[in-house]
Amino acid sequence: MLDATIIYSLIVGAAVGLAAGYLGSIMVLEKMALVGDALSHVALPGLALGVLYNFNPLVGGFLFLFISAVLIWHLGRVTHLSFEALVGAAFTLALAIGILLFGDNLDALETALFGDIGQVGLISAVAAVIVSIAVIVLTRLIYQGIVLGLISEELAVSRGINVARVNLLYLLLVSVTVAIGIQITGTLLVGFLVVTPAAAARTVSSNLSRYLTLSAVFGAISAISGIILSSALNILPGPLVVISGVVIFAAVLITRWRMKRTGLG
Amino acid sequence: MVFMGAQDDLILRVSNLTIEISNQKIIDNLSFGIRRGDTLAIVGPNGAGKTTLFRALLNLVPYSGKVEWNGKVKIGYVPQVLSVRDIPISVKEFLALKNESESDIDNVLASVGLDSSAIKGKSMSVLSGGQLRRVLIAWSIVDKPDVLLFDEPTSGVDLDSEEAIYGMLRTLTARNKITLLLISHDLHIVREYSDYALALNKCMVFFGESREVMNPATQKLIYGEPICKEYGEAYA
Repeated sequence: MLDATIIYSLIVGAAVGLAAGYLGSIMVLEKMALVGDALSHVALPGLALGVLYNFNPLVGGFLFLFISAVLIWHLGRVTHLSFEALVGAAFTLALAIGILLFGDNLDALETALFGDIGQVGLISAVAAVIVSIAVIVLTRLIYQGIVLGLISEELAVSRGINVARVNLLYLLLVSVTVAIGIQITGTLLVGFLVVTPAAAARTVSSNLSRYLTLSAVFGAISAISGIILSSALNILPGPLVVISGVVIFAAVLITRWRMKRTGLG
Repeated sequence: MVFMGAQDDLILRVSNLTIEISNQKIIDNLSFGIRRGDTLAIVGPNGAGKTTLFRALLNLVPYSGKVEWNGKVKIGYVPQVLSVRDIPISVKEFLALKNESESDIDNVLASVGLDSSAIKGKSMSVLSGGQLRRVLIAWSIVDKPDVLLFDEPTSGVDLDSEEAIYGMLRTLTARNKITLLLISHDLHIVREYSDYALALNKCMVFFGESREVMNPATQKLIYGEPICKEYGEAYA
């Protein structure tokens, strides 16, 4: 019999996995997979402040992600530096500050870095479902603009799409998804959910709708199977979510390779 | 400078257009006009400002002077570089970015000589160069523009297909009364498939009927070394 914590964790995992996979499909297309991964680490100082001052660490994590995303977006526009360079600088700084803030509270640091499903409750589960639905709906609304921008930025601008604003909204959606996902995988590994499911989906998709759907489904399956394994083996969930996702990625690659060899692909 | 035809017929009037990028004048005091339904080819060597001119017409770069479109004009634009092969997107999804009507998509694919049922489910990444160009033309007209700005419609296409594609563009623009502005490097194509030509060099501008502008002497001036002092601005 599954206890309530596991059920809530599975709900959060499924919701975050779907939203992160969906959002991540854009990251992989934009060749910004590492940006998505690195951005997730920026939450660490916010989580530390939550632990130090007794408020919900996820709120602190989200605020740090949100503010960092806006700052990075603004600096990118002002300095014309790439997102990679700015996020690269921000995430290492955030890790350093976060580790200093946690000090000798190593248990809390471990939870922040690698997740802990034992702390997931009903409110977290409801919030994750609502946020994930909102993220998917909003992403759907800006997807056309983003795809046009990927095809040609000047084309998107010529059709009245405010590429900068769309990018900002996208970064904010990534921030909120990552913040919700941290409780399952931790801040060090949550970026995985944004990158690997989309990479797996990309290898077997010839059209956008299939790509988006598979990316979201792979994200959800990675998270759910990682949580089930974590519960059964009593191990931290983050690494197991990553391993589950990598197994899916490998299975997709092998299936594709076998189909090509047999002339079916 | 010369405007062709009656002033009332002009769908686009450009007056004293000057574009500077990083303190460098890319286009200097350019004036020309084009009538509704005509085809204008823009030619010139690399760096002459052809694509920059398109960007100014689309209001994508700052400029001085005037760019006046006559009334509410729907402009379609196809840039030279489109990263459609890096994205898992089908032909149908690509066309639906501009117009989601299934029947419009089928009609427009048929009008560019493609079998809609066979091609619309295909990924853009597996199309041949010729198929890709045809899909781009379909894409350019699927939302029924009044004016089409096409930056090198046949880049990456072999010579045989090039003429077929230009012939098709001419038929489509004539049938749908689309004013076409195109950038091309192929002077034969410009002579054959455009009504007017605007030849740009760093220091010279020639504007007029294509067959007149595209004579050997003009070509030599446009594609040779810029001789700014001797010729200044010249209009055919």
